[in-house]
Amino acid sequence: MIEVANLTKRYAGRTAVADISFTVARGEIVGLLGANGAGKSTTMRVLAGFLPATSGTARVAGYDVFYASDEVRRRIGYMPENNPLYPEMRVREYLKFRARLKGLGWRHSRRRVDTVMEQCGLADVGRRVIGQLSKGYRQRVGLADALVHEPELLILDEPTIGLDPQQIRAVRQLIKSLAEKHTVLISTHILPEAEMTCNRMVIMLNGKILAADTPDNLQRLVAGNSQIIAEIAASAEELREQLVQLPQVAHLDISAVDGTFLRCALTPRDGVDLRPLVWLLARERGWLVRELTRSRHSLEDIYVQITRPNEEEEG
Amino acid sequence: MRIFWTLLRRELAAFFLSVTGYIIIAAVTFLVGASFVMLIKNLGTDPISMPITEVFFNSFLFWIIVILVTPVITMRLFALEKASGTFETLMTTPVGDLEVVLAKYTAAMIFYLLMWLPALACLLIVGHFANEKNALDAGTLGGVYLGIFLSGGLFLSAGCFASSLTRSQVVAAVVSLAAGVVLLIVAFLAQVVPATDQWQEQIIPYFNLFKQMDDFTRGVVNTQTVVLYASLTLFFLFLTLRVVESRRWR
Repeated sequence: MIEVANLTKRYAGRTAVADISFTVARGEIVGLLGANGAGKSTTMRVLAGFLPATSGTARVAGYDVFYASDEVRRRIGYMPENNPLYPEMRVREYLKFRARLKGLGWRHSRRRVDTVMEQCGLADVGRRVIGQLSKGYRQRVGLADALVHEPELLILDEPTIGLDPQQIRAVRQLIKSLAEKHTVLISTHILPEAEMTCNRMVIMLNGKILAADTPDNLQRLVAGNSQIIAEIAASAEELREQLVQLPQVAHLDISAVDGTFLRCALTPRDGVDLRPLVWLLARERGWLVRELTRSRHSLEDIYVQITRPNEEEEG
Repeated sequence: MRIFWTLLRRELAAFFLSVTGYIIIAAVTFLVGASFVMLIKNLGTDPISMPITEVFFNSFLFWIIVILVTPVITMRLFALEKASGTFETLMTTPVGDLEVVLAKYTAAMIFYLLMWLPALACLLIVGHFANEKNALDAGTLGGVYLGIFLSGGLFLSAGCFASSLTRSQVVAAVVSLAAGVVLLIVAFLAQVVPATDQWQEQIIPYFNLFKQMDDFTRGVVNTQTVVLYASLTLFFLFLTLRVVESRRWR
């Protein structure tokens, strides 16, 4: 659906996107992830045909975003950052206007506006003036606008920014439900959001792509040196003595929790899974084990680890 | 074409959904009213051999209206959309650049012409009570409105261009106001400073807006003037279009 090859975008004196390539298949939900200023919005603007690329190509549904801009614009629903709307218009009026701009006929636009208003939960506010709506509703108006012409590809730039948790949930749910019919490219700097909604993530930093994979694979990528947490009832000396003997343990940390249980944090060498070893040892020594887990890296750790590889290694 | 009408409707609606539109109309109606009172005063004292329209429109009030009001009408067109970001949503739909420019300009033009309707009413009142059949004939009236149309069209297209250059409405208004004032000063100089050389004699009449409007108010339509105004208007619209397109090659 999207093919980006060696895309570079330079603004006067600053490179926003540097030689990136990625593809998005039909029906995928892909998250563009990165800190502010990583080049997410610029990439999306190029894809939406609003800005030209300095070099490289971007194609949507096989059409070049620059040379066949019209064809591309017909096929995408784009919601820019901050979701700009005309505050003086009424919700229904605005959506109808947008549907007509996108080339829908009179009757068709009417039907589609009804459908998307239902879909986005706007049925009750159709007559309200956009400027007086709450942020959550305005965001939904933006989404409804992106959807109104049944685009093949949705490009949503930070669709949940500035919403309260309840609204974020609703918007996420909506985006997930769209995946059946549309391909979605969504940008965010909120990691759990990407983790929950996307099939695949593209992590950007300083205009470059650092990693692009499914959330699970990214987990695996960094899971190698993840810690094992074991809560065992035994004396500290005995624990230390026994555990340090294991050749696979690189680092050991013991701290008291409550009662007789001690909390051991073990860092493995070479990405070995220490859990079976600890379990065997515990059985052998007759220790009481309350917990034995591998700390699952949250996306946040992954992100930090990927975006700062050098510091991480040195530290 | 369908997209053009959709855009035009929204642009026109924007004038009437904002307070600005009504303030402009109120201000213009007030100034026209003042002009009307002056006209009645003049007519009350001495008989006048000039057409009413000439007395009415060849006053400085007409130019004040054009100079002050056109920047306010046009400042919004592109600058506001750029500032609020709606320019991005607009230009990522399958609309053509030309359609956008023309729709915005046409909406400004329609608003401008509507704004002059009270003046027409004033003229008709005078014409009705003048007891003189040829005090106001269709020809002079047509000439006046052609003059209003052409001069307004020129100033509006310049304002349109100024608005497309910036994302600040204030800057857009100031730039087009400055352009208007400069043009008016040149026109004023052309009016009062006599030509000394032959080349001056050839060039100065082109800048003499007062003389040109004076012709229109007497019902004289000078093709030279019409072509001058129309081509300058097209020139500014062309520049606006290039600015809108420029985001593709910048």
